[in-house]
Amino acid sequence: MTQEPLLKARGLVKRYGKVTALDNCDFDLMPGEILAVIGDNGAGKSSLIKALSGAVQPDEGEITLDGKPVRFESPLEARAHGIECVYQTLAMSPALSIADNMFMGRELRKPGLMGSLFRQLDRPAMEKFARAKLNELGLMTIQNINQPVETLSGGQRQGVAVARAAAFGSKVVILDEPTAALGVKESRRVLELIRDVRARGIPIILISHNMPHVFEVADRIHIHRLGRRLCVIKPGDYSMSDAVAFMTGAKLPDGVSEDA
Amino acid sequence: MTSDAKAATTFEEGLKGASEKVAEFHDDKTALKRIQHWLHQTPSAVPMIVLVVALVIFGVLSANFFKPTTLSTILQQIAIVGILGCAQSIVVLTAGIDLSVGAIAVFSSVLMGQMTFRYGIPAPLAILIGLALGTAMGFINGWLVAKVKLPPFIVTLGTWQILLASNFIFSANETIRSSDIAAQAPALQFWGNAIQPGGVKVLYAVFLMIALVAIMAYVLRHTAWGRHVYAVGDDPDAAELAGVQTKRILIQVYALAGLFCAIAGWVMIGRFGSVSPTASTGQLGNIQSITAVVIGGISLFGGRGSIVGMFFGALIVGVFEMGLRLVGTDPQWTFFLIGVLIIFAVAVDQWIRKVSA
Repeated sequence: MTQEPLLKARGLVKRYGKVTALDNCDFDLMPGEILAVIGDNGAGKSSLIKALSGAVQPDEGEITLDGKPVRFESPLEARAHGIECVYQTLAMSPALSIADNMFMGRELRKPGLMGSLFRQLDRPAMEKFARAKLNELGLMTIQNINQPVETLSGGQRQGVAVARAAAFGSKVVILDEPTAALGVKESRRVLELIRDVRARGIPIILISHNMPHVFEVADRIHIHRLGRRLCVIKPGDYSMSDAVAFMTGAKLPDGVSEDA
Repeated sequence: MTSDAKAATTFEEGLKGASEKVAEFHDDKTALKRIQHWLHQTPSAVPMIVLVVALVIFGVLSANFFKPTTLSTILQQIAIVGILGCAQSIVVLTAGIDLSVGAIAVFSSVLMGQMTFRYGIPAPLAILIGLALGTAMGFINGWLVAKVKLPPFIVTLGTWQILLASNFIFSANETIRSSDIAAQAPALQFWGNAIQPGGVKVLYAVFLMIALVAIMAYVLRHTAWGRHVYAVGDDPDAAELAGVQTKRILIQVYALAGLFCAIAGWVMIGRFGSVSPTASTGQLGNIQSITAVVIGGISLFGGRGSIVGMFFGALIVGVFEMGLRLVGTDPQWTFFLIGVLIIFAVAVDQWIRKVSA
């Protein structure tokens, strides 16, 4: 590990009232890797991800991207830095169309006067792009790119959310439980997509409860416990049951001591 | 124990021979389902159908109904409600409600009138000040909703009373007479002017209302801002995560609603001639505009419906009022039927929503 981490966090603290969700948490994402983040329920995985993607602002600690300190006040700012996130809730507006959702907050406007003065959306371009990205994902046979997201199945919605992040993420793509609502075959497509994204040189943070998926695609596994990073392991060095033992506290990895 | 990791890649072996198809759509072909889908995509269709049916029924019942004067009178009568409805529509689309629309309208009209007559400000400037102050009143609503996070119902219930009271205090309950305005500040009555093709009087206010509906229909449908308004009403948390600046959108929506109300206030001067702090719009404007919005198929839960639907909703109310009067029934039947329509509209809205289930 001579490389510098692309995305690095040091000493993150986030408190919600009396609950400390992040307790002096560190985090490193190397360029071009798939880093899985696993942890028991309530370990603070989501808080960590939200801090990295700008959805919450940590009380303490610092985040650096490409060696430069950054502070995201909103998901929009994180996105401007090329960090895309698929949230567990998917963050989709059910009544709006697939294309509208994919371009939410970064809509394309028509060229010329219609776009600059009348601010008209370039729907044909957005629809074409959205359709291309969904086909790339190969996840579903969408008939109508203008159909409202609420008419899609859970798996299709997740597919759209993943496609959105993969399409726009230029630095980091964060996937929070991307296969949770998917069937076996759809999950496989998402895993392929994750590899595709890495092949483009973009590192991925994958949060998942699905150990087989994690061990299959991850280059490294960040095990989160009690609001902080317990250890980082390579999937080849440990078994799934070891990883589960670490994250539940049944066992401690070598060279790590837990002060409770 | 490392064999576990290897097993990970093979645990889906059982898939071999399974169908290769991934999630697909199967269209429900029943007629009812199709109607449901169509309505889901075209939310203004229901009020349009009701409007057409009402027009046909009243046309059959009363020979006078389809006269140009009757129709232009209907448009004239809904002009103010239609403009207030534009304000109410954008607020309701964000899953809010604005009870203060009528109060802002009346207070703005009083401010325009008093600026001119009490302080001697030229009428066009007084109008601009009135519009700006109306926008500011809307901004306060938006700020309280977005930043202080108070429920819109409570915020606007409060500002409704506050603004209406301020209106009476500021104006000292004085009405500015129509003849004075016509003599000294005709700009205030601008929207009361009319074109008269073939002797049928059509107020400028009617064109203004139609123009505002058309502009807002465009803005809501074809601009990023409009899509964000829907997204905020649909699911504010999702919109926020997806990169919409929800607070800014909310404040802008309420401020724009305030501007529309102030425009409605200006139109009121043209329509009634005088500036009266006791105009009934102050008390009834909110209920009338909410009625138009609900009958127009805009969901009170936000994120669904179109402003064109609101326009149809306002027209339906106008057509019912006029039609029932021409037919010669007790005027209470109007309110009776509008009440039925409101419940019907919300029932249809609930049914349409089930399309996603």
